[in-house]
Amino acid sequence: MENNKSNIDMELETPVVGQVKSRKRELLRLLKENKLAFIGLIIFVIFFITALLGLLLTSGKEPVFDPSMVRLQEKLLPPLASPHLESLRPHEVPKTGVYVFGTDDLGRDVFARMLQGAWVSLTVGFVAVGIAVLVGLFMGGIAGYFGQKYIGLDHIIVVLLFSTGATLSLTGKSFTGFIVIVIDLAFVFSLALIRWKSRKSRYFKWLDLLRKKTLSIDTLIMRVVDIMLCFPSFFLILTVVALLPASIYNIMIVIGLTSWMGTTRFVRAEFLSLREQDFVTAARALGVNDYRIIFRHMIPNAIAPVLVSATIGIATAILTEAGLSFLGFGVPPPNATWGNILSDGKRFIFDAPWLTFIPGFAILLVVLSFNLFGEGLRDIMNPKLRERH
Amino acid sequence: MLSVKDLKVYFQVDGGFSRAVDGVSFEIQDGETVCLVGESGCGKSVSALTIMGILPQPPGKIIGGTIFFKGQDLLLMKEEEMQKVRGNHIAMVFQEPMTSLNPVFTIGDQIEEAIRIHERIDEAEMRKRSIQALKDVGMPSPEQRINDYPHQLSGGQRQRVMIAMALACNPDLVIADEPTTALDVTVQAQILNLFKDLQQKRRMSLLYITHDLGVVAKIADQIYVMYAGIILEKGAARDIFYNPCHPYTRALLASLPSRSKRGSKLYSIPGSVPDPAHTPKGCPFHPRCSFALESCTSQFPGMSDWGNGHFSRCPVIYDKEAGKGGN
Repeated sequence: MENNKSNIDMELETPVVGQVKSRKRELLRLLKENKLAFIGLIIFVIFFITALLGLLLTSGKEPVFDPSMVRLQEKLLPPLASPHLESLRPHEVPKTGVYVFGTDDLGRDVFARMLQGAWVSLTVGFVAVGIAVLVGLFMGGIAGYFGQKYIGLDHIIVVLLFSTGATLSLTGKSFTGFIVIVIDLAFVFSLALIRWKSRKSRYFKWLDLLRKKTLSIDTLIMRVVDIMLCFPSFFLILTVVALLPASIYNIMIVIGLTSWMGTTRFVRAEFLSLREQDFVTAARALGVNDYRIIFRHMIPNAIAPVLVSATIGIATAILTEAGLSFLGFGVPPPNATWGNILSDGKRFIFDAPWLTFIPGFAILLVVLSFNLFGEGLRDIMNPKLRERH
Repeated sequence: MLSVKDLKVYFQVDGGFSRAVDGVSFEIQDGETVCLVGESGCGKSVSALTIMGILPQPPGKIIGGTIFFKGQDLLLMKEEEMQKVRGNHIAMVFQEPMTSLNPVFTIGDQIEEAIRIHERIDEAEMRKRSIQALKDVGMPSPEQRINDYPHQLSGGQRQRVMIAMALACNPDLVIADEPTTALDVTVQAQILNLFKDLQQKRRMSLLYITHDLGVVAKIADQIYVMYAGIILEKGAARDIFYNPCHPYTRALLASLPSRSKRGSKLYSIPGSVPDPAHTPKGCPFHPRCSFALESCTSQFPGMSDWGNGHFSRCPVIYDKEAGKGGN
C-alpha cells in the first residue's frame, strides 16, 4: 500500500526532484530494513547531539555543568546521590539536582565530565579518520593511477638533497642547510636547462644515466605502507606522543597519520580495477584530462567502500584515544575524556565501580553503534541492492 | 581528412613483440564512411585507439607511421593538444554500452561534461543542448531520461547516449568501434540506421570498425579488409562485395549465411587467426588459403591494382567462372 503511494508521488513530481527524492527515499528504506544499522545510526545521532550539547554546556566562563569543579567533601558519591546542600555554596550544587553519574575522587561531577569527554571523543574520531581518509585517498589514488610510472635517479637525488638541506636548517645549522638547498635548486635548474637544450640533439648521453628508472611509484608507496604496517600501531603512537607535547590536536594528527594505510591499500585496489573500466577509456576519448578523470570519474566510484571503512575507523580512533588517555599519554588534565575518566577510576574500582563502568559502557556503546552502522552501510551501498527499485 | 600511413603498433609480450598493427595505411575523405573489417584480434581496435591517442603505453608501443588529421600529425602532438582534439574533432563510440557510462552520474551530467570540456557555455544552454543531443539520437522523452542513471536504461538506449556524447561537440570524424556488437539484432539495425542518418545530416566522416559484413554492406563507402595487422584488400564497397579479389575477402563473404545457400552447411575458413606474436612468414593468410602459391610462404605480397581504387594484396588472379586461381 505504502509502496503504491510513493510511486504515485514520484510520478506527480517534476522529474529532477523526483529523482533525487526517490534515491534518498530508497536509501532510507534500505536503512530501515537493516535493523541493526538503523539502531547504530540512532545511537550515533544521540551521541552526536549529546556531544554538541555537552560542548555548549561545559564550556565558557560559567558553564552549566562544570566538569572541573572540585568539591572534596562530596567525593566518590554513587550515581543519583543527592548533594549535601548544607556544605555546598549555591553555585557548587549541580544543576541536575543529583549527581547523575556520581562523583570521582575529587568530588567532580562525573556527568559533566562525561559530557565534556563526549565532544573530545567525537572530534578525535572524526578528525583522525578525516586525516587518514584524505592521506589514504591521495596515496592510494596516486599508487593506483600513476603506479606504473617510474621514478628516475634525478628525482631521488633532488629529494634527498632537499631533505638533507631542510633537516640541517631546522636543526640549527641553517647556513649549511641553506647552501645545500641552493645546490639542490641549481641542480634542478641545470637539469631542466640541459633537457631543454637537448630536445632534438642527443649528445648529452650521460644524462640518460640520471634518468635511469629506479622503482615504480606503486612500489614506493606500497612498500612505505608495508613498513608502516610493520609497527604495532599503538606503540608507534605511544612513541610519537611521548616525544610531542601533550595536546588533543597532536593526538588527532598522530592517530590520523598512523591509520591511513588500510585506506591506501583499499583505494589503490579500487583504482586499479576502475582505471581499466570502459567508462574511463570513454572519458579519455572525450578529451577529459587525468585529474578530472581521477576526481570526477574515479573517486565517486571508489568513495562508497572507503566511507564504510571510515565509519569503522572512527570507532577504532575513539578506542585508541581512550587507550592513550587510560595510559596517561592522552589529552592532558584537567580536560576530561572518557579514557582518562576510566583511567582515574581504576584505582577505586572496588569502592566506586561507577567511575570505570560508566565511561567503559559509553565507549562500548558508541564503538558498537559505529561498527553496526558501518557494516549496515556496506550492505546498503552494495550496488546490487541499490539498483533494486 | 584523416590519413594513416604505414602505422605500426607492437605490443610487448614475454620475450618479444606482438605485431598488433603492422604497416596499416588508410584514408578517410570528408563526409565518407569507411569500414575497417576483420576478425577479432586483427588490430582494428588498436588502430582506432592509436588514432585517438589513448592506446595504453606500455604494453603498446607505436613503432612508426604517421596519422595526419587536417594537416597535423596526431602522433607528434603533445598530450594537452591531443585532449583538445579528442571529443571536439574526433570522437569515439565504444563497443560495450553497458560499461562505457559512469554508473554514479546521470546521463545528463555525462553529456554535459562532454560539452563542458571543450566549450564555455552557461548551464541552461548546456541543458538545452544535451536534451537536443538526446533528441537527435532518437531517445524517447529526453527531458525525463536526462535525469536517469545508466542502470535505468537498456543497452540500446545506453548506446544512444554514448552516440549523443560523441556527437555533442559536432566532431568532424567519429570512430565507431563495433558499436552494435553487444546489442540485440533489432536494436543493431536501429543504431545502424541512426549512424547513417546522423552521418548524412551532419556531413561528418565515419570510421566504422566491425567484423560483421552485413553491417558493412549497409553503410560503407570504402572498405578496408584487415587481417593479422595488415590490410589485405581495399576498395569501394561495391567492388569489394561484387568483385572481391583477395581469397580472404572471398572466404569472409562465403561464410555469410544467405538465402541461396539455405540448407547447406555454412562455410567457415579453415584454421584460425595466427598468433600475433608469431605471424607466419610471407603472406599472413597463406596457411589458411586454398590458392596459396609457393611464393606466398616466403614473400610478402605487394598491392596489386584492380583499377578504380581497388587494391588487393594477392598475386593470384581469380577466375570467377572457373572458381579457381591462376597466375
